[in-house]
Amino acid sequence: MFKYFPHTLEDEKEMLKKVNLKELDDLFSDVDPSVKIKDPNELNLPLSHSEIELRRKAKKIANKNKELICFAGGGSYDCYTPSVINTLTSRQEFLTSYTPYQAEISQGTLAYIFEYQSLICELTGMDVSNASNYDGATAAMETMLMCINQTRKNNIIIANDFSPSVKDVVKTLANMHGINLIEADINNIDEYLNNDLAGLLLANPNYYGEIKDYTSLISKVHTSSKALVSMYVDPSTLSLLKTPREMGADIACGEAQTLGIPMSFGGPYLGFISTLSKYVRKLPGRIVGMTKDKEGKRAFVLTLQAREQHIRREKANSNICSNQSLMALHATIYASLLGKQGLKEVAKTAYNNMRYLTEKLEETKKFKLLNKNPFFKEALFETSFDVSKFLSYMESKDILAGIKVDDNKILVCATEMRTLEEMNEYVKLVEAYDVR
Amino acid sequence: MYDKLVYELSKNTKVAYSLPKSLIKDYALPKELTRELPLDLPEISELDCVRHYTNLSLKNFGVDQGFYPLGSCTMKYNPKINEEIASLASFKNIHPLQSEESVQGLMQIYYETSQMLASLTGMSEFTFNPFAGAHGELTGLMIMKQYHLSRGDLKRTKVIVPDSAHGTNPASSALCGFEVVTVESNPDGTVDVNKLKSLLDDTIAGIMMTNPNTLGIFEKDVLEISKLLHDNGSLLYYDGANLNAILGVAKPALMGFDIMHINLHKTFSTPHGGGGPGSGAVGVVEELVDLLPNPRIAYEDGKYKFKSTSPLRVSNFYGNSNVVIKAWCYILTLGKENISNVAKYAVLNANYVKESLKDDYKLPITNICKHEVVFDGLISEKASTLDVAKRLLDYGYHPPTIYFPLLFHQALMIEPTENESKETLDEFINCLHKIAKEAIEDPNILLDAPHSTILKRIDDVRAARFPILTYKDYLANKDQF
Ligand SMILES: Cc1ncc(COP(=O)(O)O)c(C=O)c1O
Repeated sequence: MFKYFPHTLEDEKEMLKKVNLKELDDLFSDVDPSVKIKDPNELNLPLSHSEIELRRKAKKIANKNKELICFAGGGSYDCYTPSVINTLTSRQEFLTSYTPYQAEISQGTLAYIFEYQSLICELTGMDVSNASNYDGATAAMETMLMCINQTRKNNIIIANDFSPSVKDVVKTLANMHGINLIEADINNIDEYLNNDLAGLLLANPNYYGEIKDYTSLISKVHTSSKALVSMYVDPSTLSLLKTPREMGADIACGEAQTLGIPMSFGGPYLGFISTLSKYVRKLPGRIVGMTKDKEGKRAFVLTLQAREQHIRREKANSNICSNQSLMALHATIYASLLGKQGLKEVAKTAYNNMRYLTEKLEETKKFKLLNKNPFFKEALFETSFDVSKFLSYMESKDILAGIKVDDNKILVCATEMRTLEEMNEYVKLVEAYDVR
Repeated sequence: MYDKLVYELSKNTKVAYSLPKSLIKDYALPKELTRELPLDLPEISELDCVRHYTNLSLKNFGVDQGFYPLGSCTMKYNPKINEEIASLASFKNIHPLQSEESVQGLMQIYYETSQMLASLTGMSEFTFNPFAGAHGELTGLMIMKQYHLSRGDLKRTKVIVPDSAHGTNPASSALCGFEVVTVESNPDGTVDVNKLKSLLDDTIAGIMMTNPNTLGIFEKDVLEISKLLHDNGSLLYYDGANLNAILGVAKPALMGFDIMHINLHKTFSTPHGGGGPGSGAVGVVEELVDLLPNPRIAYEDGKYKFKSTSPLRVSNFYGNSNVVIKAWCYILTLGKENISNVAKYAVLNANYVKESLKDDYKLPITNICKHEVVFDGLISEKASTLDVAKRLLDYGYHPPTIYFPLLFHQALMIEPTENESKETLDEFINCLHKIAKEAIEDPNILLDAPHSTILKRIDDVRAARFPILTYKDYLANKDQF
């Protein structure tokens, strides 16, 4: 017997009898012998591990990873995760259920998705949101398709100050789908503002942490073309910053990892997309709506499904089926705990930290700020030394000093998690750093 | 019944957090960049929050609670030790762009999991960058497309998809810029080889197949099909959503498949999380490894390294790491001694259910099935499959998948995984017999079901006709509720 298989020999015998077979292998008589695994012993797998052995081995492997004091961002941020969240998201009713197809026994999931949609709309200023996307990059990619589907045009501009990996994901799909993707400096897009333009994808903050008011640019795009504008934003900044809606964007998308989700080596994270009511039928993926049951009680259900793959097949807006539901719950609980005030406090702390760190780094004369615009929690610096060597040096002091952008350029980030002491230590190490 | 949204608990100035006092001065935010829109978010206490989400959870149904035979979704038991291990701080508190030296443990898990999946499937290498099955499909199709393009073969613009395929297959093909060509099934639910032959020409990039297919039937002609496609210069994609049926028993690569995905959240026991996070690991044969999306993980000179060999990228970083860790735990726990019993017991359970219910439920395909069995509604036709599903709620079950696959109008798709005991199956079978009897004796019990859930049947037509999608929408339409 094995812990995950409940049948006794007796059960197995009775069941085989019911199905008129002699042995388990007869269940695969329809499978050609040439495609079968002759002997499982030939498989390149370890022998079965008991729980004690597994735990011991996993800890040993986990210890080969190094937890560092994190001054890196670039799409993944060290943020505050209140303890309550894990307790609640670990509840089996949330964790071990699936997509809420059977609404009567899935009101928990449906209700939190409704709350999540409300939260994303509240932060971005938009009217409608879907139930989540995989990550920020795939969300950006999906908004490109929304622009194409809405306008039936084929040109998309992507701002060149997006994160390189988000850009690569968008580019990959554009190539495959046959979309004419134009990567451009946002100050130089006039030549593309015409009738063939389907959409403009903006990043705010951009890869270098810079924030800008795009109101006049967006209004120019809208007057000179039919294009939609999709803005990639960091929802953790939006309690303070002018929202995509206020700037006139049609779609707000991005990465919601910053809403309390651990860095976890890059995932699971939380992509989101929200838009104006008039484009709701272009949204990809699940959407939850409020309705009533037969007795008139308030109820939640998956809705507007005529956009989705299980109904529309190749004509669907997107192929997405499973999304990142549990992470949507995570972010929703985070925002409920922090609330209006807490979100502002967290955002302001990150903003202040980065401003402080920048001042101190510039004082060392070894770091020169390259950002020309205001920035939120990260910024690009030119260094007087080789960035790779500096990063290794700092790692030996248990600090992840940033992200190398170039031999002499480094992207540094200070979130709400960084203390005054840690920032001062960083600066002290820079001061002492011997430029070899 | 608890019936609140978190917004409805809110009261000005309540808080549920505490943050350290800031020791640095306050810097002003530029005025033109400051939000002017009001921000209506809940203000509650910590206990309010804990109670609220605990109460919401109680309105759900999970695998830990009871039988969840949702076909095509492989709702198996999610081992708790896997959760414990995946949440170790030195897996969680790791930035994706740290140096390779500082993430060797995670890279090892990725690498070993790829190797073990390769051994189980016959593929050469797996990537974990895709986030779910559908994302894996898209990634696999990109590899297919890139393969043809890299050989200068520009005509291959079509992908063949069986009519029994999951909706994500045609949707992924379209997303990837392919034209979808549908191939019909035989009466026994398998691909019609003659019809397939008539579709083959030099515009076919490949075929997407699910094997066993979505009817739970093993494609008996798979070797002939793969030969036909390869001779035609096309590739074969394997939708691994149903891999549980053959895990440790047969290998997709030996059947001739070139590219496949595995839903780790199905076959490899990672929890479904109410609809994700999952993982759509994609594996390919040797010839295609350099097309796997960036970055890949290699093992050289005793160290794990990232490498980029492909023009493709599908995610910002490396996919859902904690799902990969849990799959790794699951494989190690099973070990080579137990792994083939996954498929054997899953298939035994499905056939046992099939043989036990065929007197009351229409069984269009009587052959041995694999890990799931599809009925076409009640023989009596006194109630619909939807009614049967809703009645099952009264008896404390999560209903099977209904109305998929589309080939049968009253499809009822039951997938009892290898973890389910004979006792559980017998009770479920008895319950479905009882429901069949009720349908004849008193059909209204079914038509009005469910009776014992916190809500009665839900009006989804209204939801689509008057979309209320946020709390703000609700406030604006409160008089209707
Ligand atoms: C046969 C089949 N293919 C593909 C998928 C898509 O997988 P995912 O939901 O992980 O994207 C599913 C999921 O339900 C499926 O059953």
